[in-house]
Amino acid sequence: MKRHLISAADLTRDDALLILDTAEELAQISSRSIKKLPTLRGRTVVNLFFEDSTRTRISFEAAAKRLSADVINFSAKGSSVSKGESLKDTALTLEAMGADGVVIRHGASGAPHRLATWVHGSVVNAGDGTHEHPTQALLDAFTMRRRLGDLEGRKITIVGDVLHSRVARSNVLLLHTLGADVTLVAPPTLFPIAVDTWPCQISYDLDAVLPKSDVVMMLRVQAERMNAAYFPTAREYSRRYGLDLARFGRMQEHAIVMHPGPMVRGMEIAAEVADSPRSTIVEQVANGVTTRMAVLYLLLGGSEPAIGGDQ
Amino acid sequence: MNAASRPVEPGSARAPHGDQRHKAVLEAPDIRRALTRIAHEILERTKGGENVVLLGIQTRGVTLARRLAERLEEVEGRPVPRGSLDATMYRDDLRMKPARALGRTELPPGGIDDRIVVLVDDVLFSGRTVRAALDALNDLGRPRAVQLAVLIDRGHRELPIRADYVGKNLPTSKSETVKVQLAENDDRDVVLLGPKEVAP
Repeated sequence: MKRHLISAADLTRDDALLILDTAEELAQISSRSIKKLPTLRGRTVVNLFFEDSTRTRISFEAAAKRLSADVINFSAKGSSVSKGESLKDTALTLEAMGADGVVIRHGASGAPHRLATWVHGSVVNAGDGTHEHPTQALLDAFTMRRRLGDLEGRKITIVGDVLHSRVARSNVLLLHTLGADVTLVAPPTLFPIAVDTWPCQISYDLDAVLPKSDVVMMLRVQAERMNAAYFPTAREYSRRYGLDLARFGRMQEHAIVMHPGPMVRGMEIAAEVADSPRSTIVEQVANGVTTRMAVLYLLLGGSEPAIGGDQ
Repeated sequence: MNAASRPVEPGSARAPHGDQRHKAVLEAPDIRRALTRIAHEILERTKGGENVVLLGIQTRGVTLARRLAERLEEVEGRPVPRGSLDATMYRDDLRMKPARALGRTELPPGGIDDRIVVLVDDVLFSGRTVRAALDALNDLGRPRAVQLAVLIDRGHRELPIRADYVGKNLPTSKSETVKVQLAENDDRDVVLLGPKEVAP
């Protein structure tokens, strides 16, 4: 039975389209005066955050609350985890509390996968290490679809720290499922080892790819995960892989700029580009709530989940 | 209305034409006459249809609301606001089936506050769809009054709900299904009465 959303690869094309279509209908809720649906009344969603996050946690919390679910927030700081409790014991505690859904963010890749074997509720991966962040990919696809229409055959370029990015991997998998052409651009040192097995193209030259792209998604350089020198200086990185005004001017008229946030202005993206009307950065945040509502509804709303992977 | 009586997948809506088990109880001209009569009743009861908003319940109620709005406009000579309502998220049987796809909820630009909302659906059965629709309306605004128009009332109510306008009262047994097919959704206008399909 499908119960969890751990990887963007869990989603078939039909699953992904069902989530995006559902999100499209739910998007109207945010413009109403009563932003609430009774659908998940009496269900409990636990936000289990072992890593710092503001927008993702708030986004999941808002999504669950708009569907009338009870939300329990758990962050590792100030919890029994800091006293040495293991993930499994934390999971069993949640199980005893009767969580219907667990949203987990963890620094270790694969933690949600392990958690899914211990709890009866649906597990939603909200980012695990450098592995995946499927709901980010869904909200990105939703944002692209709203701006550009059908994604079939669209050229999407993802630029930056692919090595440490869970957003890049989830996006490549989901966008491939949806029929888009994805190109990853980064310095050779910032590609993971098996990137040639991913369903996408890779390039080291941003200027060659830029004029053909319908979407340019910039990734943050995750300095906190870097334990070695991956490029000589920030300035050199910015000059070769940053989206400045000159590069922005060489993009197609209809092309959009995305960034999953948090962004470092002046590093991977110039402030003028981030604030341009063709940038979807603020939209992505609003779309995040809508898309996560769709995921929670489809996983928890019925007798059994309508989407997601087996476990 | 119980989901069992309403085809969910577009494919199953197409009842086999030569199938002896399905009897056509209303043909296209009957449906046309019923809608014309309902349109006149709405105008009569609402004193000219001023302030009326027609809200069709997804899916076939939306089609019927559109047809009713056209008739009201023909008679009164001014546009009648109409929209669609999807009450899926408010249903009480959500947890008995896997979560399903949502339909569109679209209110006319003027909204529904202080209007007379006429909910339109194809078949009135248990009344549970209408209850869900009333709950959904609650979150959308505060109408002055809510009325209900249905093409078929097949009885077997499970809630204290009745229709204000009925195209045809159709006595049925619970082991039967009523399928409304409309040209916009299913190629032709017909109401079919048949035995309940046994799940394969």
